[in-house]
Amino acid sequence: MNLLTPLKPVSPTLRLALGIAFFVLFVAAWAAATFGGLIRPLFLADPLKTLESGWTLFTEFGFAFDVAVTIWRVVGGFILAAAIAVPLGIAMGAFKAVEAFFEPFVSFSRYLPASAFIPLLILWAGVGEAQKLLVIFIGSVFQLILMVAVIVGGTRTDLVEAAYTLGAKGRRIISRVMLPAAAPQIAEALRLVLGWAWTYVIVAELIGASSGIGHMIMDSQRLLDTGQMIFGIVVIGIIGLISDVLFKAANERLFPWYFR
Amino acid sequence: MSKLLIEGVARTFPGLRGRPPTRALEPTHLAVADNDFITILGPSGCGKSTLLRIVAGLDTPTEGRVLLDGEPVTGPGPDRGMVFQSYTLFPWLTVRRNICFGLVEKGVPAQRQREIADYFIAKTGLKGFEDHYPKMLSGGMQQRTALARALANDPKILLLDEPFGALDNQTRALMQELLLGIWEGDRKTVLFVTHDIEEAIFLASRVVVMTARPGRIKSVITVDLPYPRVYTMKTSPEFAALKARLTEEIRAESIRADEELAARS
Repeated sequence: MNLLTPLKPVSPTLRLALGIAFFVLFVAAWAAATFGGLIRPLFLADPLKTLESGWTLFTEFGFAFDVAVTIWRVVGGFILAAAIAVPLGIAMGAFKAVEAFFEPFVSFSRYLPASAFIPLLILWAGVGEAQKLLVIFIGSVFQLILMVAVIVGGTRTDLVEAAYTLGAKGRRIISRVMLPAAAPQIAEALRLVLGWAWTYVIVAELIGASSGIGHMIMDSQRLLDTGQMIFGIVVIGIIGLISDVLFKAANERLFPWYFR
Repeated sequence: MSKLLIEGVARTFPGLRGRPPTRALEPTHLAVADNDFITILGPSGCGKSTLLRIVAGLDTPTEGRVLLDGEPVTGPGPDRGMVFQSYTLFPWLTVRRNICFGLVEKGVPAQRQREIADYFIAKTGLKGFEDHYPKMLSGGMQQRTALARALANDPKILLLDEPFGALDNQTRALMQELLLGIWEGDRKTVLFVTHDIEEAIFLASRVVVMTARPGRIKSVITVDLPYPRVYTMKTSPEFAALKARLTEEIRAESIRADEELAARS
């Protein structure tokens, strides 16, 4: 069938339909397994029970507040990481001496698992917001630094040379060539890292938190309420998807020359 | 006095990982008069691009020096405009803003920038494409913009490194005429690198033939075809005679380059 011709593009409508179809199939399989009695409710709640749990979460347990707290932590930690990583990454990409100075340490730190820092961070920063932000910060900042450094360092040399022959030099090469050339890719790296920040925030909230989606999931575990746990996970997925779509749309608007 | 003086310029690239260094360019001398249009013709890898990059200040000679208006070249600068073989328009800038790139660096007032850009947009046939991003342009249009961008800076000399090398034959012929038309009007000093014999003759007042690697100047041939030049000249007997002569010179070099390559491997 010609739908399976390699690399042949599909129409946007078909694309959307196929994307939705998998969600439908997934929920159908879930429903079949749970309603059919294949899996006991203790281990996996059925789709209806999950929705019901979600409703009670919002109406009776103030889940909206938890969602808001989690979003604020993700955004806060992410902005903190970006504020450090983007300028430092640019400096490393542009100046080889700066890169030589920071790169080994950053590469080492990149492999330190953010979750392993949680006990230490609780010791240093307590169980408040600062600790949650720091987990996300540690989890994203080193990765982001390296990604930005590689992007900026990979600026096409022929564009830099063209700028030289047009009279630009020194910092002007960075501000007029390297930065605009790297900007859309940096924006894409930020979009990717925002996705990771969502994983870290839940990990941070599983331990020593009194609010947030992760905290709700831990609470539900104590009550063996798989419906609430699954609903919490689905909410994370939905927010993640929305933020990704918004981020992507913003990037395409900001950098039409790159994405279109 | 010569506009551009190339004095004993040579370039040796250091050998990588214990291999012997490569001599890309033997000491080369060339004097370019004001308003001259010189094409540098040679087989691939003969160091002609290296020579041009040294004049542009993008590469440093291991020996010798380059003088522009008596001043030694120490690095790249806006007094030597360059058009590259690869497409080097800034993809985030529209055609107009690409053309204004150098003017912004110079601090030219916005109103004056507009006038200069308009002038070169008209001259290079880019009317109607001012607000296009490079991605939306054909290769020929991109090189027109690159030419306009270099000219807008009003450089003392225009350096072109096989600028039409990636274009199809028809577009290339049109671009040659466009460039000649501009030169006949403005009389800029031009240094044009190519490996296309017909292109070298059609454009030049003098053709500099280079030998295979290590490159050195083999001969300098004056092209006495009248101006304004039109494409029909490419079929004239004078043109054919020049072409035959240059073909012979280049052929010998290409064979030698091939043999050397075979001997090395």
